[in-house]
Amino acid sequence: MTSAIELVNVSKIYRRYTGRQFATLKSALLKRSILRDLQPNEAFLALKDVSFAVAKGSTVGVIGRNGSGKSTALKLVAGITKPTSGTVRVDGRISALIELGAGFHPEISGRENVFINGIMLGLSKRDVEERFDAIVDFAELREFIDAPVKTYSSGMYMRLGFAVAIHVDPDVLLVDEVLAVGDEGFTHKCLDKFGEFHRRGKTVLIVTHSLGLVERLCDEAVWLDAGEKQAEGDPKRVIGAYLTAVEQTEKQQMAAATAKAVQSAAPAGPAGDMFQATEGRWGSREVEITNVELVGPDATPSFVFHTGDAVSIRLGVRAAQPTSDFVFGVGVFNADGVCCFGTNTGIEDMTSDRLDGDATVTFSIDSLDLVEGTYKLDVAVHRRDGAPYDYHRLLYSFRVKSRTHDIGVFRPKHRWTFSPNVRFK
Amino acid sequence: MLSNLGSLLRYRGLIQSLVARELKARYRGSVLGFVWSFINPLLLLSIYSFVFTTIMQNNDPRTKPFAVFMFCGLLPWTWFSASLSEATSSLINGGNLIKKVLFPAEVLPIVSVLANMVHFLLGLLILAAFMIGFRHYPNVAALPWFPVVVVIQLIFTLGLALGLSALTVHFRDIRDLLTNVLTLWFFATPIIYPYFMPSVGRFLAVFRLNPFYHFAVSYQEILFFDHFGHARSLLLLGALSVAVFLAGYWLFDRLRDSFAEAV
Repeated sequence: MTSAIELVNVSKIYRRYTGRQFATLKSALLKRSILRDLQPNEAFLALKDVSFAVAKGSTVGVIGRNGSGKSTALKLVAGITKPTSGTVRVDGRISALIELGAGFHPEISGRENVFINGIMLGLSKRDVEERFDAIVDFAELREFIDAPVKTYSSGMYMRLGFAVAIHVDPDVLLVDEVLAVGDEGFTHKCLDKFGEFHRRGKTVLIVTHSLGLVERLCDEAVWLDAGEKQAEGDPKRVIGAYLTAVEQTEKQQMAAATAKAVQSAAPAGPAGDMFQATEGRWGSREVEITNVELVGPDATPSFVFHTGDAVSIRLGVRAAQPTSDFVFGVGVFNADGVCCFGTNTGIEDMTSDRLDGDATVTFSIDSLDLVEGTYKLDVAVHRRDGAPYDYHRLLYSFRVKSRTHDIGVFRPKHRWTFSPNVRFK
Repeated sequence: MLSNLGSLLRYRGLIQSLVARELKARYRGSVLGFVWSFINPLLLLSIYSFVFTTIMQNNDPRTKPFAVFMFCGLLPWTWFSASLSEATSSLINGGNLIKKVLFPAEVLPIVSVLANMVHFLLGLLILAAFMIGFRHYPNVAALPWFPVVVVIQLIFTLGLALGLSALTVHFRDIRDLLTNVLTLWFFATPIIYPYFMPSVGRFLAVFRLNPFYHFAVSYQEILFFDHFGHARSLLLLGALSVAVFLAGYWLFDRLRDSFAEAV
């Protein structure tokens, strides 16, 4: 199969002229430093030796975190910027949905802007005339088309831009994260339009953070990270690999945040209300919490879990002197500071008897039924009357991931049942 | 570069509609609208006429009626200076297009020059009205030279506009520098004073180095004085203008790839 887009060993270096901050023409002339100042003194490698091909008629999604070079790749394909090395080859007429309505003039009417925008995108005046009605209907702007564009809402503006760009009828369509235009209905229309493109054998290259979209729409996915191609091929597999890598990073970030919080925690803070939301550490330290670990289903410490995982909170404690007056407690808070769950051995009617030397306390949760989000953890050991030995307030963060984007804090085990006359596809 | 030059022809539809948009958008929302295209030069002219005929009395009978004489030089100058100041900012103002759309950047400065050329051509109507009012008519035999001067000025202005707009992307100070240079240039050109003033004659060699000196003199000879004796210099200027255009376009083409990143 022939390819519509081909990138061969493409690298793109953005130069930064940090020394140029105050170097104006005049001072450059005075210091005779024009040539020197025009030399870049810092180079940023946005794409590193990237090669991939997009087969004619296929829809390909480019995924990757922010700053991974996705948009740069798209701009190179669009021909807006040139690669520093390597070659980019595109076969057929391109239309790039990179910025919708770029080039609209606010003072003149939607109608005139449609014509000028269409011509900018490579149509002739007659082409635009023929497609004018289709464009206006698609944008759902029939009654406002003669008003100046400056009176449009941002949604109207985007819709008109999208409508023009899509009616250029390109062979290759480039889309950069522009599906967030308009309401649900319009988004569906856009998706339908992509589907139609696909059926008509056109090539579509999409850059997006919406993995669901890639999975649904694309024949193939390319994953870029830090300017390098990490994987390419079946969308499900590439997305899986990408998600795993994102989890790894999140784990590291959580670990770093936790380490920082523990380190900077005040040695003796206010022994106050259990629900005050400042992080810190306080207590007499007669009994000390020496180590806190979250342990996932694979029995190794982690910071990222999935909804429904079996998770344990493992505390290492040390009592300087043997004691019989102690209560262990844990609390889970979400990012808004809402206490999702809290308990201690006192509430659960366990009467302390003896604690001596180093010990381990494990709080096991069979199924972590929290919705997706970042959570913080309180752990504490204190006297039965509440006087703290060692209180760790919100020092430990962990992240819960979920395939379902349900809302709230708690996901009860649940199921739906329907009478036979209710049906789903 | 040549193939790029050739593709300029392909963009004529785009250039045409952008010039139309520029003209439409400029006066959109103002009460008098397009009439401003006429009022602006008229106001400018009445100020200069008042200063140079009433306050600083100009007694050279050859420049009477002074308003018509001055208008002959002022109109092309306004075209030239407005084109350059708009063109230098055109790439920066059109940054969105250059960064986000595959767009032939040279169209932007060209549109600035052409939109101002339309104002210039409209201004000619006022000039004609003045000539009729003052009963001072141009020499019909010299009139065929008029379009020649206009075309040469167009080429010259386009060359400067392309070169300056490309440089301005990297050196924003050109915009401010240009404002001052244009003021100096205006007074160094015989527009509000005749080129045959004795004090001009003393520095004639210097004056002749100024390309716009030849434009102004040509316009004045064709439209105001009875004889046109500047043909040779004008054709030389034509050659220079083509060179300026090619140089400007070459510079633009060299810097083209840096626009999307530097704008």
